[in-house]
Amino acid sequence: MNSLIRYSGRCLRTGAAVFLPRQAGGRMLSTSARLLCAASDLQKDLGGMVKKDKVVVFMKGTPAQPMCGFSNAVVQILRMHGVDDFAAYNVLEDQELREGVKAFSNWPTIPQVYFNGEFVGGCDILLQMHQNGDLVEEFQKLGIRSALLNAENESK
Amino acid sequence: MEITGDHIRDKLIKELEAVHVDVEDTSSNRCAASFKVLVVSAQFEGKPLLQRHRMVNMCLAEELKTIHAFEQKTLTPEQWEKQKSQ
Repeated sequence: MNSLIRYSGRCLRTGAAVFLPRQAGGRMLSTSARLLCAASDLQKDLGGMVKKDKVVVFMKGTPAQPMCGFSNAVVQILRMHGVDDFAAYNVLEDQELREGVKAFSNWPTIPQVYFNGEFVGGCDILLQMHQNGDLVEEFQKLGIRSALLNAENESK
Repeated sequence: MEITGDHIRDKLIKELEAVHVDVEDTSSNRCAASFKVLVVSAQFEGKPLLQRHRMVNMCLAEELKTIHAFEQKTLTPEQWEKQKSQ
Protein backbone atom coordinates (compact mmCIF):
# COMPACT_ATOMS: atom_id res chain seq x y z
CA MET A 1 0.00 0.00 0.00
CA ASN A 2 2.70 2.47 0.95
CA SER A 3 4.69 1.69 -2.16
CA LEU A 4 1.60 2.32 -4.25
CA ILE A 5 1.18 5.74 -2.70
CA ARG A 6 4.86 6.56 -3.14
CA TYR A 7 4.70 5.39 -6.75
CA SER A 8 1.75 7.59 -7.59
CA GLY A 9 3.47 10.45 -5.80
CA ARG A 10 6.54 9.97 -8.00
CA CYS A 11 4.40 9.95 -11.13
CA LEU A 12 2.85 13.27 -10.21
CA ARG A 13 6.16 14.86 -9.38
CA THR A 14 7.93 13.82 -12.58
CA GLY A 15 4.98 15.11 -14.57
CA ALA A 16 4.65 11.82 -16.39
CA ALA A 17 1.41 11.07 -18.21
CA VAL A 18 -0.83 10.93 -15.23
CA PHE A 19 -3.97 8.95 -14.88
CA LEU A 20 -6.36 11.30 -13.14
CA PRO A 21 -8.85 9.14 -11.33
CA ARG A 22 -12.46 9.84 -12.21
CA GLN A 23 -14.29 10.84 -9.08
CA ALA A 24 -17.82 9.92 -8.25
CA GLY A 25 -17.86 13.26 -6.50
CA GLY A 26 -15.33 15.80 -5.30
CA ARG A 27 -12.38 17.25 -7.08
CA MET A 28 -9.04 15.66 -6.32
CA LEU A 29 -6.37 18.25 -5.79
CA SER A 30 -2.82 17.06 -5.91
CA THR A 31 -0.85 18.29 -2.99
CA SER A 32 2.42 16.65 -3.88
CA ALA A 33 2.64 18.91 -6.92
CA ARG A 34 2.80 21.97 -4.68
CA LEU A 35 6.19 23.23 -3.67
CA LEU A 36 6.17 23.30 0.08
CA CYS A 37 9.21 25.13 1.27
CA ALA A 38 8.40 25.38 4.93
CA ALA A 39 5.77 24.52 7.49
CA SER A 40 4.77 28.19 7.77
CA ASP A 41 4.10 28.30 4.04
CA LEU A 42 1.83 25.31 4.49
CA GLN A 43 -0.15 27.10 7.18
CA LYS A 44 -0.61 30.02 4.79
CA ASP A 45 -1.56 27.65 1.99
CA LEU A 46 -4.08 25.94 4.22
CA GLY A 47 -5.70 29.26 5.00
CA GLY A 48 -6.31 29.70 1.29
CA MET A 49 -7.22 26.08 0.64
CA VAL A 50 -10.07 26.01 3.13
CA LYS A 51 -11.57 29.23 1.77
CA LYS A 52 -11.26 28.48 -1.93
CA ASP A 53 -14.17 26.06 -1.99
CA LYS A 54 -17.46 25.96 -0.11
CA VAL A 55 -16.93 22.41 1.07
CA VAL A 56 -13.40 21.18 1.77
CA VAL A 57 -12.45 17.77 3.08
CA PHE A 58 -9.02 16.61 4.25
CA MET A 59 -9.17 12.87 4.06
CA LYS A 60 -7.23 9.65 3.73
CA GLY A 61 -7.51 8.52 0.16
CA THR A 62 -9.76 10.02 -2.48
CA PRO A 63 -13.54 10.35 -2.79
CA ALA A 64 -13.45 7.58 -5.39
CA GLN A 65 -11.23 5.45 -3.20
CA PRO A 66 -11.20 6.35 0.48
CA MET A 67 -8.48 4.64 2.50
CA CYS A 68 -10.15 4.82 5.88
CA GLY A 69 -13.58 4.06 7.25
CA PHE A 70 -14.07 7.52 8.75
CA SER A 71 -12.97 9.31 5.59
CA ASN A 72 -15.30 7.06 3.64
CA ALA A 73 -18.18 7.91 5.97
CA VAL A 74 -17.68 11.63 5.31
CA VAL A 75 -17.69 11.09 1.56
CA GLN A 76 -20.80 8.92 1.77
CA ILE A 77 -22.66 11.52 3.82
CA LEU A 78 -21.81 14.28 1.34
CA ARG A 79 -22.90 12.00 -1.49
CA MET A 80 -26.23 11.30 0.21
CA HIS A 81 -26.92 15.02 0.29
CA GLY A 82 -26.02 15.23 -3.38
CA VAL A 83 -22.95 17.35 -2.67
CA ASP A 84 -20.64 16.45 -5.53
CA ASP A 85 -18.73 19.64 -5.83
CA PHE A 86 -16.28 19.65 -2.99
CA ALA A 87 -12.51 19.86 -2.73
CA ALA A 88 -10.78 16.80 -1.37
CA TYR A 89 -7.17 16.70 -0.19
CA ASN A 90 -5.52 13.34 0.34
CA VAL A 91 -3.28 13.60 3.38
CA LEU A 92 -1.74 10.21 2.63
CA GLU A 93 -0.04 11.80 -0.37
CA ASP A 94 1.68 14.41 1.73
CA GLN A 95 3.00 13.82 5.23
CA GLU A 96 3.56 17.53 5.81
CA LEU A 97 -0.05 18.24 4.92
CA ARG A 98 -1.17 15.46 7.21
CA GLU A 99 0.60 17.00 10.20
CA GLY A 100 0.08 20.59 9.09
CA VAL A 101 -3.68 20.39 8.83
CA LYS A 102 -3.90 18.95 12.34
CA ALA A 103 -1.95 21.92 13.63
CA PHE A 104 -3.93 24.35 11.50
CA SER A 105 -7.31 23.09 12.69
CA ASN A 106 -6.08 22.26 16.18
CA TRP A 107 -7.75 18.92 15.65
CA PRO A 108 -5.99 15.61 16.17
CA THR A 109 -7.53 13.37 13.54
CA ILE A 110 -8.39 12.99 9.88
CA PRO A 111 -10.91 13.42 8.19
CA GLN A 112 -11.53 17.12 8.67
CA VAL A 113 -14.39 19.04 7.11
CA TYR A 114 -14.59 22.76 6.37
CA PHE A 115 -17.66 24.75 5.26
CA ASN A 116 -16.96 28.22 3.88
CA GLY A 117 -13.53 28.29 5.44
CA GLU A 118 -14.85 27.34 8.85
CA PHE A 119 -13.88 24.13 10.58
CA VAL A 120 -16.92 21.90 11.11
CA GLY A 121 -15.40 18.81 12.64
CA GLY A 122 -14.57 15.24 11.83
CA CYS A 123 -16.63 12.22 10.95
CA ASP A 124 -18.44 12.03 14.32
CA ILE A 125 -19.68 15.59 14.15
CA LEU A 126 -20.71 15.36 10.50
CA LEU A 127 -22.59 12.15 11.20
CA GLN A 128 -24.42 13.65 14.16
CA MET A 129 -25.29 16.75 12.17
CA HIS A 130 -26.59 14.51 9.41
CA GLN A 131 -28.69 12.45 11.83
CA ASN A 132 -30.26 15.40 13.61
CA GLY A 133 -31.03 17.38 10.48
CA ASP A 134 -28.52 20.16 11.12
CA LEU A 135 -26.52 19.27 8.04
CA VAL A 136 -29.36 20.10 5.64
CA GLU A 137 -29.59 23.49 7.32
CA GLU A 138 -25.85 24.08 7.12
CA PHE A 139 -25.85 23.28 3.42
CA GLN A 140 -28.72 25.70 2.95
CA LYS A 141 -26.58 28.44 4.50
CA LEU A 142 -23.92 27.62 1.93
CA GLY A 143 -26.47 27.93 -0.83
CA ILE A 144 -26.49 24.19 -1.40
CA ARG A 145 -29.80 22.41 -1.61
CA SER A 146 -29.51 18.98 -0.08
CA ALA A 147 -30.71 16.09 -2.25
CA LEU A 148 -32.46 14.76 0.82
CA LEU A 149 -34.92 17.64 0.61
CA ASN A 150 -35.88 16.47 -2.85
CA ALA A 151 -36.28 12.94 -1.62
CA GLU A 152 -38.56 14.20 1.15
CA ASN A 153 -40.72 16.11 -1.31
CA GLU A 154 -41.01 13.12 -3.58
CA SER A 155 -42.25 10.87 -0.84
CA LYS A 156 -45.02 13.27 0.13
CA MET B 1 3.01 4.92 29.22
CA GLU B 2 0.53 2.59 27.65
CA ILE B 3 -2.81 4.14 26.98
CA THR B 4 -5.60 2.03 28.34
CA GLY B 5 -9.33 2.46 28.31
CA ASP B 6 -9.29 2.85 32.07
CA HIS B 7 -6.71 5.61 31.90
CA ILE B 8 -8.86 7.50 29.40
CA ARG B 9 -11.99 6.93 31.45
CA ASP B 10 -10.37 8.21 34.63
CA LYS B 11 -9.08 11.32 32.93
CA LEU B 12 -12.42 12.17 31.40
CA ILE B 13 -14.22 11.69 34.70
CA LYS B 14 -11.69 13.80 36.53
CA GLU B 15 -11.29 16.69 34.11
CA LEU B 16 -14.75 16.93 32.61
CA GLU B 17 -16.70 15.86 35.71
CA ALA B 18 -18.25 13.21 33.53
CA VAL B 19 -21.16 11.38 35.12
CA HIS B 20 -20.88 8.56 32.64
CA VAL B 21 -18.09 7.38 30.39
CA ASP B 22 -17.98 4.43 28.03
CA VAL B 23 -14.62 3.64 26.51
CA GLU B 24 -14.37 1.05 23.81
CA ASP B 25 -10.96 -0.09 22.69
CA THR B 26 -11.38 -0.49 18.95
CA SER B 27 -7.72 -1.21 18.31
CA SER B 28 -8.47 -4.70 17.12
CA ASN B 29 -10.28 -3.22 14.12
CA ARG B 30 -7.17 -1.36 13.05
CA CYS B 31 -3.47 -1.76 13.28
CA ALA B 32 -2.95 0.86 15.98
CA ALA B 33 -4.39 2.24 19.19
CA SER B 34 -7.97 3.32 18.57
CA PHE B 35 -10.74 4.23 20.95
CA LYS B 36 -14.41 5.04 20.87
CA VAL B 37 -15.77 7.05 23.79
CA LEU B 38 -19.12 8.19 25.06
CA VAL B 39 -18.88 11.06 27.54
CA VAL B 40 -21.80 12.40 29.52
CA SER B 41 -21.15 15.62 31.39
CA ALA B 42 -23.10 18.63 32.56
CA GLN B 43 -20.18 20.73 31.33
CA PHE B 44 -21.45 20.14 27.80
CA GLU B 45 -24.66 22.00 28.56
CA GLY B 46 -25.33 24.80 26.10
CA LYS B 47 -22.20 24.09 24.09
CA PRO B 48 -22.26 23.27 20.38
CA LEU B 49 -20.91 19.92 19.20
CA LEU B 50 -17.59 21.24 18.02
CA GLN B 51 -16.87 22.92 21.33
CA ARG B 52 -17.74 19.75 23.23
CA HIS B 53 -15.44 17.69 21.09
CA ARG B 54 -12.65 20.21 21.53
CA MET B 55 -13.08 19.93 25.30
CA VAL B 56 -12.58 16.20 25.07
CA ASN B 57 -9.65 16.67 22.70
CA MET B 58 -7.99 19.04 25.14
CA CYS B 59 -8.54 16.69 28.04
CA LEU B 60 -6.86 13.89 26.10
CA ALA B 61 -4.32 16.03 24.25
CA GLU B 62 -1.33 13.95 25.35
CA GLU B 63 -2.97 10.62 24.58
CA LEU B 64 -4.23 11.76 21.19
CA LYS B 65 -0.69 12.33 20.05
CA THR B 66 -0.22 8.58 19.95
CA ILE B 67 -3.76 7.33 19.45
CA HIS B 68 -4.31 6.54 15.82
CA ALA B 69 -8.11 6.73 15.56
CA PHE B 70 -10.59 8.30 17.91
CA GLU B 71 -14.37 8.42 17.87
CA GLN B 72 -16.38 10.37 20.39
CA LYS B 73 -19.96 11.03 21.34
CA THR B 74 -20.70 13.84 23.80
CA LEU B 75 -24.01 14.16 25.62
CA THR B 76 -25.42 16.21 28.47
CA PRO B 77 -26.99 14.22 31.30
CA GLU B 78 -30.41 15.18 29.94
CA GLN B 79 -29.59 13.94 26.45
CA TRP B 80 -28.19 10.76 27.95
CA GLU B 81 -31.37 10.04 29.89
CA LYS B 82 -33.43 10.69 26.77
CA GLN B 83 -31.27 8.38 24.70
CA LYS B 84 -31.52 5.62 27.27
CA SER B 85 -35.27 5.74 27.29
CA GLN B 86 -35.47 5.40 23.50
